[in-house]
Amino acid sequence: MPSLLERWVKHAALEVQEYMYLTGAAFRGVFTRPIYRHDIVEQFDQIGAGSLTVVLLAGLFTGAALASQSGLTLDQFGARPVVGRLVSASMIKELGPVLTALMLTGRIGSGIAAELGSMVVTDQINALRALGTDPVRKLVVPRVLAGIFMAPVLTVISDFIGILGGWVIARYQLQVNSGLYWSSITKGLYMQDVWMGLSKPFVFGFLIVTIACHVGLRTTGGTAGVGKATTVSVVAGSVAVISADFFVTQILIALLY
Amino acid sequence: MATQTERQTAKQILAEPGAPVIVFDHVQLAFDDKVVLRDVSFTVIKGHTKVILGASGSGKSTALKIIVGLLKADAGVVWVNGQRVDQLSEQALMPVRADLGMIFQEGALFDSLTVRENVGYKLYEETDMPLEQVDKRVEEVLGFIGLLEHIDKMPSELSGGQRRRVAIARAMAFKPSIMLYDEATTGLDPITATTVDEEMIKLRDLEDVSSIIVTHQLRDAFFVAEHMARRDAQGKVQIVPATPQKERQAEFIMLRDGLIIFEGDADSLRASEDPYIRDFLS
Repeated sequence: MPSLLERWVKHAALEVQEYMYLTGAAFRGVFTRPIYRHDIVEQFDQIGAGSLTVVLLAGLFTGAALASQSGLTLDQFGARPVVGRLVSASMIKELGPVLTALMLTGRIGSGIAAELGSMVVTDQINALRALGTDPVRKLVVPRVLAGIFMAPVLTVISDFIGILGGWVIARYQLQVNSGLYWSSITKGLYMQDVWMGLSKPFVFGFLIVTIACHVGLRTTGGTAGVGKATTVSVVAGSVAVISADFFVTQILIALLY
Repeated sequence: MATQTERQTAKQILAEPGAPVIVFDHVQLAFDDKVVLRDVSFTVIKGHTKVILGASGSGKSTALKIIVGLLKADAGVVWVNGQRVDQLSEQALMPVRADLGMIFQEGALFDSLTVRENVGYKLYEETDMPLEQVDKRVEEVLGFIGLLEHIDKMPSELSGGQRRRVAIARAMAFKPSIMLYDEATTGLDPITATTVDEEMIKLRDLEDVSSIIVTHQLRDAFFVAEHMARRDAQGKVQIVPATPQKERQAEFIMLRDGLIIFEGDADSLRASEDPYIRDFLS
């Protein structure tokens, strides 16, 4: 009788193996035929345009709260005018990518896991295969492409809206001159920061969608299983984003700075 | 991989009456410690119906999934239309599946697509057929099963029986020569189940489709085995009691604990003295 630890290790190894297999199959699916173009367009719309509202709201309030909090701290050093620099650096390098990714995990990760999980338990995935369609090409590839390319776009929007939210607080609560706010942003922003902020979302988008697809396609246990898959997808996606953020930051610091 | 000559020979053999279109040879499958198919062998002859009976969990649906390649057998050999499928990759299975129509339990319709898109799915997505021709074929198939007026509805707007019939339409839209029915009438009331049974009979007798029917609904199994479809002088389809010759073309198999415990026609099944079968039939 295998011990609990042995079973856990075997289960974890199997999950990693299946995840790697799925990402490999999705990678091959991007470069080989058939390619389901209308599904790709549909997913770009659902993942990109569909997530705009949550990303805008998250970005706006984060930027505003950041400016408010930073103002208090900067006042201790008499440095209130550089609040824009702090808001922009924080938003572009860290908060924009991570918060956008976490918002996407909640909205997209859960949706993908629930949709694919339902398709598994109602035999729709088997029906697809029986009808001659590869579910990875039809369902996973469009979502992965949309995740990889829309996460950076949404992050840039979130960054901008966050900085705008910071400006509202800086201008009307902290009484910082608008010109001073915007000039401190441009002066304090380096190309390395932009690269840092733009590189992360590609990784996060890939992780969120591939994890959600993997969890969704391995759903078992009927409707209760779909609920469990949704939860696992959000939890695993969020942990993956936060831990990947640390490692990607370390790599980019070593490469760029 | 089969050579051109081998494929040609297989094609010639399959064109003859009485040719085996599916061969299941000593197939075994287990999930961890649970043995689902212990040692199962059977053959489906071109134009015939094979009815697989058995209690829940006896391995009936598993056998169908192995034929389509949705599951891989642990041991044994499976031939479909002259091609060995048990060792084929997912990609290599696609041409084999082009001639197999499968109806899943509950229909497994794509719930985000309309009836039209469901029925024409394979033709829209996996072939280069012009859209007008696909639409024409979809309407023709829905007309055949009598659901043309529901063409633009979503699956959620259909009754259980209608969903099963749309599933049959989806499977027959690309004109497969073999149909696999997995519990196509389970959960339906007797009147609705009969309409689904009649679709199976029509496909078998009017479209010359070979079929495997997996069920534990005896009433439906005997109805399909003992009836046939024909067109009257006006071209109208009639379902009538089958001739003795036609009845013999429907063979029954009963599975129990992963083994075949009965194989024969409807009359032999009814006459069986096996206590388990008697219990099952009663």
